Amino acid sequence: MSTTTLDTSAQTIDRFVSAFQVNHGQALNGTNASVAKRREAAIQRFQELGVPTRKQEAWKYTDIASVLDRPYTLPLGPEEADVSAADLDPYLIDDLDAHVLVLVNGRPDLSLSQLDAMPEDVTVGSLKDAGDHPAFEAHYGEYADAEDEVLTALNTAFVQDGAFIHVPEDVELEQPILLLHVNAAQDDLLMQPRHLFVVEADAKARVIGRQLSLTGARTFTNTVTEMFVGERGYLDHYVIQEEDDNASQVLSRFGYHEGDSVLSTDTFTFSGEVVRNNMTLTPDGPNCETNLYGLVIGHGSMHVDNNTLVDHVHADCVSNELYKHVLNDQSTAVFNGKVFVHRDSQRIDAYQSNDSLVLNNDAQIYTKPELEIYADDVKCSHGTTTGQLDEEAVYAMRTRGIDEATARALLTLAFAGEVLEQVTLDAISERVELAVAGKLPERFNLTGLVETASALNA
Amino acid sequence: MALLEVENLHVSVEDEDIEILKGVDLTINEGEVHAIMGPNGSGKSTLAAVLAGREEYVVTEGSIRYKGEDLLELEVEERAEEGVFLAFQYPVELPGVSMTNFLREAVNSVREARGEEELGAADFLKLVRERAKLVDLDPDLVKRSVNQGFSGGEKKRNEIFQLAMLEPTLAVLDETDSGLDIDALRTVSDGVNKLRSDERAFLLITHYQRLLDYIEPDYVHVMVNGRIAESGDKDLAIRLEEEGYERFQREPAAA
Ligand SMILES: Nc1ncnc2c1ncn2[C@@H]1O[C@H](COP(=O)(O)OP(=O)(O)OP(=O)(O)O)[C@@H](O)[C@H]1O
Ligand SMILES: [Mg+2]
Repeated sequence: MSTTTLDTSAQTIDRFVSAFQVNHGQALNGTNASVAKRREAAIQRFQELGVPTRKQEAWKYTDIASVLDRPYTLPLGPEEADVSAADLDPYLIDDLDAHVLVLVNGRPDLSLSQLDAMPEDVTVGSLKDAGDHPAFEAHYGEYADAEDEVLTALNTAFVQDGAFIHVPEDVELEQPILLLHVNAAQDDLLMQPRHLFVVEADAKARVIGRQLSLTGARTFTNTVTEMFVGERGYLDHYVIQEEDDNASQVLSRFGYHEGDSVLSTDTFTFSGEVVRNNMTLTPDGPNCETNLYGLVIGHGSMHVDNNTLVDHVHADCVSNELYKHVLNDQSTAVFNGKVFVHRDSQRIDAYQSNDSLVLNNDAQIYTKPELEIYADDVKCSHGTTTGQLDEEAVYAMRTRGIDEATARALLTLAFAGEVLEQVTLDAISERVELAVAGKLPERFNLTGLVETASALNA
Repeated sequence: MALLEVENLHVSVEDEDIEILKGVDLTINEGEVHAIMGPNGSGKSTLAAVLAGREEYVVTEGSIRYKGEDLLELEVEERAEEGVFLAFQYPVELPGVSMTNFLREAVNSVREARGEEELGAADFLKLVRERAKLVDLDPDLVKRSVNQGFSGGEKKRNEIFQLAMLEPTLAVLDETDSGLDIDALRTVSDGVNKLRSDERAFLLITHYQRLLDYIEPDYVHVMVNGRIAESGDKDLAIRLEEEGYERFQREPAAA
């Protein structure tokens, strides 16, 4: 038997614990002793920590307990998923010349993937098959905090599969890697993918994760991604969240990078039910550059919570953080940005800002910047703005014949522009720009406009 | 039929009980250039805003007919499509909205309304270059966000550049001359003169007679306390320059 239906008569915690016991041997590398040890410790911690409640500061605005407390199916082995290449065709980003790894319900499907052009020494594939890889041994479980983060503990306990990327020293991967995550569940489904990206010293890679739903099933995805970048390395990680409106997720990313390296993350959230992004980035060496960019386009009753931490454990580093929210309807966004500068981490430049455009009175934004600085020679700044569209600007545009809806859409796109400018892949920024326009209510559709703008700038 | 017929126009501010325009009459025919002068706060910009369709102003009495139709029935953007253009006294900055996106949207919606075809990228760029030259607008400004970080004079010049791009039938210029340096005033005026035609009318709001040396008006009106107090030809402007507005303000309120 490869699936278990969680017993909803039991308490949420007990439900997972008994599922764990029943299916003990079925996880990733069931025979790998170190993975097994981590799993045992993790289920223990999961039990001790319990499901987060809104009484906890980190979950004050996001009720994850009620999302977890649904009668999902918990797959404990690969399922037959009914996905064909033709199903995926519309979601491959046009003009993006990329290596593509397709993950169906959290598991890589190599038959649907396009990895032929991959340089031989680079590994992109299934975490399940990576057990013997030295990079797996060296990095798996090293950065994800299964000790204090309860959902990371849960993921670690049930770890089965996910994407594994290894870029060896001195290899600069020219084409980006597109991880196409598709939910193709027939019934309510709980998935716990686990990804590991290792970019060694002097190596360079760009990874794009795009999350989609192919079926309307209710899903909850509890992902943990670990990222390592060696000295002078470079990793740019984009995540485009476009799951269905009954798909919820907690995506926990842990990034660790060494001296003189760059680790950038861009998170675009366009749909989903409850979306929680936990991000912990640790630049551990001199002259690191750490970037966190995010754009949330909220509509309907979407709830998006970005919880970020830049942990400056080392001196002489720079971090930049910019999150923007565009909130329609009854959508809610939460932004909690923490920057921690340790006592000996001198000469840190840390910038953080988050701006929200609240387009409807029923939409809500909760933001909380947290700067904890224990070193004395640092430059840190943060700024928060919340506002509406400038009605003077709307009027001025209308006097030039631009209809009101287009005027509002153009101004919204302008608001998001600062984040879009950070995207280094044209195909992605165009894609995101179109999504920004398209995801706004129908009347905001700007497709033609965006295309002309790119023609003009070409 | 006159292009614009303003009759006994009374205008108040939406929320407040203040009447700003108190019975304005003004008729403008195709191809004419009219100037309105008058003391600060007399209602000149309010008249311009009502013509453009600003919603905070409420017409309590009177009418505005444009091309024989009721202008007040039209939305702001519809007026623009019908050829009404207002060059703002205080142009608005549109941070992050590129001039090209903005102009292209504007030009094409106005063209569509006129039954003309959308301009393709190449033709559009050609038009931009040509019209920028007409008002001597620095072509680098076209690569920036609308008015963002533009100098006061650059913003004013940009208004006339937009006028040149949109080719309106009735162009209202609200103090376009203030903020322009002496040379800029001349180039912008030259640009406006080149845009004069038998079909296109102008309403120039100004405080300075100098502008009217460059752009010669057919009529000059004096607005005082929400009314046109006197109308004449360009010599009226010269007289005002010498005498000021004192004699109008001493006149009794009733006409
Ligand atoms: N939205 C408003 N709310 C309240 N009062 C207003 C409003 N708009 C205009 N007014 C008032 O109406 C009067 C006329 O203003 P307007 O801007 O039309 O004057 P103007 O003739 O253009 O003056 P200036 O030469 O200084 O530009 C002023 O007293 C002004 O304060
Ligand atoms: Mg004025």
